[in-house]
Amino acid sequence: MQISVDMNLCESHGQCVFAAPEVFSFDDEDYLVHDATPDDALREKVEKAAAACPVRAITVSPLPATAS
Amino acid sequence: MTATPPRPRDIVIVGASLAGVRAAETLRAEGFTGRLTLVGNERLTPYDRPPLSKGFLTAEHDPPATRLPVSDELRARWLLGRTAVALDLRDRAVTFSDGARLRYDGLVIATGATARPSAGPPAPSSGVFTLRGHDDATRLRGALARGRSLLVVGAGFLGGEIAAAGRARGLDVTLVETGAAPLERVVGPEVGAFVGMLHREAGIDLRTDTAVTEFRTTADGSLSGARLTDGTEVTADAAVLALGALPATDWLSDSGLRTEGGVHCDTRLRALALDGTPVPDVVVAGDVARAPQPLADGTPMALGHWTNAVDQAVTAARTLLRGADSPAFDEVPSFWSDLHGVRIRSVGLPAVADTVKVHEIDTSTRRLEASYHRAGRLVGALTIGRTSRLAAYHRSLAEASRAHHRAV
Ligand SMILES: Cc1cc2nc3c(=O)[nH]c(=O)nc-3n(C[C@H](O)[C@H](O)[C@H](O)COP(=O)(O)OP(=O)(O)OC[C@H]3O[C@@H](n4cnc5c(N)ncnc54)[C@H](O)[C@@H]3O)c2cc1C
Ligand code: SF4
Repeated sequence: MQISVDMNLCESHGQCVFAAPEVFSFDDEDYLVHDATPDDALREKVEKAAAACPVRAITVSPLPATAS
Repeated sequence: MTATPPRPRDIVIVGASLAGVRAAETLRAEGFTGRLTLVGNERLTPYDRPPLSKGFLTAEHDPPATRLPVSDELRARWLLGRTAVALDLRDRAVTFSDGARLRYDGLVIATGATARPSAGPPAPSSGVFTLRGHDDATRLRGALARGRSLLVVGAGFLGGEIAAAGRARGLDVTLVETGAAPLERVVGPEVGAFVGMLHREAGIDLRTDTAVTEFRTTADGSLSGARLTDGTEVTADAAVLALGALPATDWLSDSGLRTEGGVHCDTRLRALALDGTPVPDVVVAGDVARAPQPLADGTPMALGHWTNAVDQAVTAARTLLRGADSPAFDEVPSFWSDLHGVRIRSVGLPAVADTVKVHEIDTSTRRLEASYHRAGRLVGALTIGRTSRLAAYHRSLAEASRAHHRAV
């Protein structure tokens, strides 16, 4: 799975960090950092993170075809 | 597999805003294929409220769009501009103000809250505002654009943001608060004092331990100012009453549901009848719901939090489809507010704490970290400019929340 976060939208709410801490975290300046290609086992958590984002900055898509 | 109750074919959602829309999306995502109707008394398509007290008020020119994204796959019937006035549990029907009735076999109550009216002195017919909806925000925005001075009554999160917006637009702002510091009852005296400092640094005239005794008007009846309990007078050509919100339960007063301080519900968010038994086909979500809070030992509370509306909508929708097999609600509450360029963020329930521990407080960098405890247990945490610190607290609170459910 591939994740992209629109950093123009992101307001550092942290909802994604609470929902999927394996994938999303903050640096010390409260800027979001994330793993763009997390393991598929985390899909449910990542989808929850995307739904919890107040500005809907997170898009989850399948990895490009070469991955399968 | 466990037996599931008969699936509803016809679901009605009253309240077509954040909780209502998210409940609808969850129903479809969970495979509900029946008829879905969203009823809302506002005419606008669903929009998001948090920006209304922030960027919407401060934008110099056109306010930013606040439209709520809605899934393309809803296949819902929208009844906008329609007000529900009564609920008949036995007939399973919602009545509208025009007398029409709508039958359901599953109902989601998501009517949110309304601005608390003033119990104080009578307000003049123009110049005094409250803020809850898009229309309110448009009117207030116009007043800020025209005005020179603003009086905000109530220094809670909403009042604080409105005062900050007025200041950002260059108005003289007076912020009147009955407590000894802004938000003190919710966040404790030290954090309250810190927020007070943010207001004063921004040039807001913050009056604590004070209330309005009288509004003053000019000869033509428009607002000119107010007199305060300390005998002083302030000038204002606009005033906002930011006194909190009341769950929108009026339409349910004769329904046989428990509605004092919000619609009472069980841990799966099924509405409770007056005798305390859950009504299986009626669920509640968002600001209107008074749900048991695991972090407060199951005490029922209504929360005015954006994330709570989203999280409860998911649980409520699942309960309608899965009945008693659906998971209980145990999400950790979380809240944010933006003030003078810093982000105030909390997780858990700081308001139910008996002890506050301040771990970092720095007025020059405008950073703060505090944790909240009740009978020795962590119940919440709050940061200013330090959201990065909250993830660890959130984890502990999620564990405490689940432990509470296992114990009951
Ligand atoms: C100005 C403002 C700023 C906010 N800022 C923040 C913030 O920074 N952070 C945060 O966490 N939260 C914030 N909130 C709170 C957040 O917006 C709410 O928690 C959220 O909107 C709750 O969603 P809801 O769907 O439960 O209720 P609402 O958004 O109130 O929606 C309920 C809908 O039901 C409709 N309705 C009511 N009664 C009837 C009826 N009888 N028939 C038909 N329709 C009816 C209402 O008109 C409304 O459209 C803010 C709220 C406001 C007002
Ligand atoms: S929840 Fe959304 S806004 Fe918040 S940090 Fe994550 S991506 Fe950014």
